[in-house]
Amino acid sequence: MVSFIARRLLLTVPVLLGVATLVFSLIHLVPGDPVQAMLGEGATPADVATLRARLGLDRPLYVQYESFLVGLVHGDLGTSLRTNEPVTQAIAERIPATAELAVAAMIVAVLVALPLGVIAAAWRGTGIDYTATAVSLLGISIPNFWLGPLLAIVFAVQLGWLPVSGRGGLAHLILPALTLGAPLAAVLARMTRASVVEELGEVYVLAARAKGVSRVGAVIRHAFRNSLIPIVTIFGLQFGAVLTGTVITETIFAWPGVGRLLIQSISFRDYPLVQGCILLIAFTYVAANLLTDLAYGLLDPRIRYE
Amino acid sequence: MSAMPTVRAVRDAVKGPMARFGLAVVVVAALAALFAPWISPYNPNTQNLALRLAGPSWRHPFGLDELGRDILSRVLAGTRISFLVGIVVVSVSSVIGSLLGAMAGYFGGWFDEIVSRLIDILLAFPGLLLAIALVAVLGPSLMNVLLALSVIGWVGYARLVRGQVLRTREIDYVQAARALGAGTPRILLRHVLPAAMPAVVVQATLGMAGAIVSEAALSFLGLGVQPPTPSWGTMLSAGVSHLLDAPHLTIFPGLAIALLVLGFNFLGDGLRDAADPKGVQA
Repeated sequence: MVSFIARRLLLTVPVLLGVATLVFSLIHLVPGDPVQAMLGEGATPADVATLRARLGLDRPLYVQYESFLVGLVHGDLGTSLRTNEPVTQAIAERIPATAELAVAAMIVAVLVALPLGVIAAAWRGTGIDYTATAVSLLGISIPNFWLGPLLAIVFAVQLGWLPVSGRGGLAHLILPALTLGAPLAAVLARMTRASVVEELGEVYVLAARAKGVSRVGAVIRHAFRNSLIPIVTIFGLQFGAVLTGTVITETIFAWPGVGRLLIQSISFRDYPLVQGCILLIAFTYVAANLLTDLAYGLLDPRIRYE
Repeated sequence: MSAMPTVRAVRDAVKGPMARFGLAVVVVAALAALFAPWISPYNPNTQNLALRLAGPSWRHPFGLDELGRDILSRVLAGTRISFLVGIVVVSVSSVIGSLLGAMAGYFGGWFDEIVSRLIDILLAFPGLLLAIALVAVLGPSLMNVLLALSVIGWVGYARLVRGQVLRTREIDYVQAARALGAGTPRILLRHVLPAAMPAVVVQATLGMAGAIVSEAALSFLGLGVQPPTPSWGTMLSAGVSHLLDAPHLTIFPGLAIALLVLGFNFLGDGLRDAADPKGVQA
């Protein structure tokens, strides 16, 4: 297991380097002058030169790249143009809010999806199955930037049960978590159904049934356990959608997380902060994929020896 | 080899009720996009400030927006933007992705290495994030949205086609073509790529849904199509500021997005099941 973990960790290094390089190139190689864009049309050449020097953009590209990588390794991503605050500090302050939202959304998704998928699989081909399938396809098709406002209209505006926006206690968390968790629940439910259905056709399940295990027992004790690997895969893959979803959900509900900070920084053309937020989200995603990989290794010993 | 499975897949796919519903929604929306200027009750940009935020009525079935513009006419006009984005992004990314994927799979070696590493790095960005980053640097506009979504879109096709080509290139009929002296471009275009086409068609159908949602999401965040051009995402974004006093601003554009995306998803699902009979049994 140790060599499996070490191998996966090593494979992650070039991907992280690639991600960092791509983000660096975005700001430095894209046509147009980011400094001119930040300052607007009315900026004097002196202003442009000053800001360029402050950002270090007057140095040769390879020097900028080197100092960017060195800074990244040391957790130094520069300072925000707007607030002069270190980028890492500005982002660190927002991480707890985003983490809270993402974890709550994933809990919502698992609580809804696993029972829905298992029930649909156990009653395959019946009305229950079709209803569950239709509900999950609906969940996939309703974009969260529509679901969020709809939930707000019903539960905050019409019924007045929950607050429309902001971060506070559990009441503030419910609508954003539902908005972010619904599409994930839909995808997970579909995957759970497909995965359990496949396992139900396996010989060991038939053998268990032949030995007198009930249908429900066969589903829960045998098929579901073995169908966990593809479910974990999808959960890992969908974590990216959750991360992107936080950008939209936080914007809708004025949730003070990293996603909202990213959109605010874009509107202020605060490129160091934009770069920091994007790096953080991408690195988190790479880490989540790594954890997913490691989880397979734990769930299925055969994968460790591939 | 190429046309038959695709044609059969389409015919099989629209047999299921969900796929039929999907096809119907897509066809109706395509007709609405095509004839929007002629069937719209009003000019989508004409303002009637006296009636701003007025709710649905017989004269304005979807109501009016914050500038007194007819929402039905704007939703119809938005259909054009959505289809434009879907068609351009899917065409550009499927052609580029399929070609790169086919070449990477067929030639292997350093070319495959470069394409595969590029795919790995682009896939290390979750969903829309890279598009958000690109538009943040390039500036918000429809053109930049098309560019950003195509830059992230080709990866899925390249990975799919590369995998298919790796399987196909050793099959007897490809070896036979090579033995008969067929050149590489001919082998790729006539023998290898067609075998991957059914999978690409499924991906493209689901990709239409993806591109439409992504454009709407970017526009919703203020990074896409800019006002006054009627994009569903921009309309939703304006609606969020009026959740309390005029929820109809949010309801109708969102319904349009959800319906069209559902349509493409149902259709894509049907096509996938038809292209992969094993999946149906499961």
